[in-house]
Amino acid sequence: MSDVRLEGVRKVYAGGVEAVKGVSLDIADGQFCVLVGPSGCGKSTLLRMVAGLETISGGTCAIDGRVVNEIEPAERDIAMVFQNYALYPHMSVYDNMAYGLRNRGTPKDEIDARVKEAARILEVEPFLQRKPKALSGGQRQRVAMGRAIVRKPKVFLFDEPLSNLDAKLRIQMRVEIKKLQRALKTTSIYVTHDQLEAMTLADQLVVMNKGQVEQAGAPLELYEKPQTVFVAGFIGAPPMNLVTVPESGLPGLTLPERPPGPVVLGVRPEHLHEDGASPFGLAIEIVVTAVEAVGAETYLYGALNGDGPELIVRVAGRATHVPGQRLTATAAPDQLHFFNPQTGKRIG
Amino acid sequence: MEKRVVFHGKLLPFLLLAPQLLVTLIFFYLPAGQAVWQSFLVQDAFGLSTEFVWFENYQILFSKADYYRTMLTTAIFSSLVAFFSLSIALLFAVQADKHIKFATGYKTLLIWPYAVAPAIAGVLWLFMFQPSLGLVSQSIRAAGFEWNPLLNQNHAMALVVMAATWKQISYNFLFFLAGLQAIPKSVIEAAAIDGATPMRRFWTIIFPLLSPTTFFLLVVNIVYVFFDTFGIIDAATQGGPAKGTETLVYKVFSDGKSGGDLGGSAAQSVVLMVIVIALTAIQFRYVERKVQY
Ligand SMILES: Nc1ncnc2c1ncn2[C@@H]1O[C@H](COP(=O)(O)OP(=O)(O)OP(=O)(O)O)[C@@H](O)[C@H]1O
Ligand SMILES: [Mg+2]
Repeated sequence: MSDVRLEGVRKVYAGGVEAVKGVSLDIADGQFCVLVGPSGCGKSTLLRMVAGLETISGGTCAIDGRVVNEIEPAERDIAMVFQNYALYPHMSVYDNMAYGLRNRGTPKDEIDARVKEAARILEVEPFLQRKPKALSGGQRQRVAMGRAIVRKPKVFLFDEPLSNLDAKLRIQMRVEIKKLQRALKTTSIYVTHDQLEAMTLADQLVVMNKGQVEQAGAPLELYEKPQTVFVAGFIGAPPMNLVTVPESGLPGLTLPERPPGPVVLGVRPEHLHEDGASPFGLAIEIVVTAVEAVGAETYLYGALNGDGPELIVRVAGRATHVPGQRLTATAAPDQLHFFNPQTGKRIG
Repeated sequence: MEKRVVFHGKLLPFLLLAPQLLVTLIFFYLPAGQAVWQSFLVQDAFGLSTEFVWFENYQILFSKADYYRTMLTTAIFSSLVAFFSLSIALLFAVQADKHIKFATGYKTLLIWPYAVAPAIAGVLWLFMFQPSLGLVSQSIRAAGFEWNPLLNQNHAMALVVMAATWKQISYNFLFFLAGLQAIPKSVIEAAAIDGATPMRRFWTIIFPLLSPTTFFLLVVNIVYVFFDTFGIIDAATQGGPAKGTETLVYKVFSDGKSGGDLGGSAAQSVVLMVIVIALTAIQFRYVERKVQY
């Protein structure tokens, strides 16, 4: 059992910057928790506080029921994978992986067994005697993972471990990390700003903004029921259409059922359809301004009623639309999201 | 297609190189050549006649016990200075690297000794440690220790080692600090998470990663001790007492100037030159290979 529990964790840097403003999170044993958010929102800072690399300015961080605020990184029984891998450049791959075990006085034959085991799992056996500089980016990444898993820690921490890899390798490693974590059942906290990575890896997805948690939950829960405008705009690609609709409504926009007062209306591009025959909840008229074909689908960019806010409509497959064309798109009532324009909170 | 910028004509590159080549030629190759030439000559006591004697000067040099004694003195002197100036500078650099906020002031203060001319450094330390009047000597004597670098060879050696070390720390410090700052912070953090104590982190991660810097400095320091400490020794001890602090370079000077043995001292400088060339060659070989990780 090794859960991680954060309660009102704050971080104020020496210069007075409040990077993390009271974060509370429960990460269950064996759970894969992904922190996602825009650059500078405090993801790394939060992760580094869990690691013990930054002091905690307020609140508590508990690993396995033990408050670790004042405990050295080495004693927290965690392992971290860094963005730049942080391998020891003067040591062979073998020694890189064995270093943590040696420091802890593990018997030699056990070190050997564990390193070989990790090398086998991560397929780095052929490189054990090489120095990190003689490895490719993907191989270094594996060694960094190997260094984390040989110690069998309570918690894995990842700070954007895949961001230095090319797109293809990133997808491959993403799948491998997920498989590995499933097999080892080690509680993990993973920082990324790639929302696709976040959606696919997470058991619990935590969206952060400006040092605070906007929403935490299962990835699909966040996709289907974003609690704030920020989460609505952050999760999903292309992003959700968000239009501020005043009490009096907007020209070109038909909205039979809506909360009273001004609202922010949210509807995902993939939930807008062009075949608007049946009695749908929302109907919009747009003038196409740009057409973006990516193969499996086409994104139509358009302005509401020709001069209103910009909206995106997703069309499956190839589209025949051309800029300047007028079209009506509809969405079912249960695909609509409403937010309070002042607080940004979800209505209903 | 040639991607580089190509200058046509040969004149411009030669003109650009000329000042450097000229300086090297006039201030290095010419005197070096002269030294080699002179080392093959013997002059009579009045400087009236010179005779070409091939390697006789070298034979005499290597047959004298006092030359080996000077070599030993130089070896002791340079190892002590190199050891202390490197280790103290490393210690300072590690401290400065930790508290990098105040490092500017700290660095400036540490740089100053480097700007002091060797002879002045020698005089400075001589004054401080002057047996009867020196500030430091007085306190040493007050502590009940008989201190006299003018009579005791070990004390004299300690004095010049201190002065030479003090002057070289700044230089080493700068390089060590730059070296430390080039080590990625995440590597140290990874080691901390990997359970290495600060001591262990230093010896297993930081020190090995600094080894190219250390090796470079070691050679530079030895060359420094071989040549640039002349001023310190001349000002502080003049090679004494009883030649206890006479290094190779000081012997070149004293044999040539006071002893009037120009051929012999020229032979000595050639030997010195060979040593330094060898050191530099070793450095280049190593820096390119082994110490690199
Ligand atoms: N050592 C520091 N001293 C002062 N401020 C810092 C320090 N480190 C980070 N910050 C600030 O804290 C905030 C959060 O930084 P953090 O590195 O946690 O962001 P992040 O979410 O990881 O961003 P990214 O996705 O770009 O890595 C930023 O505004 C940053 O400028
Ligand atoms: Mg970060």
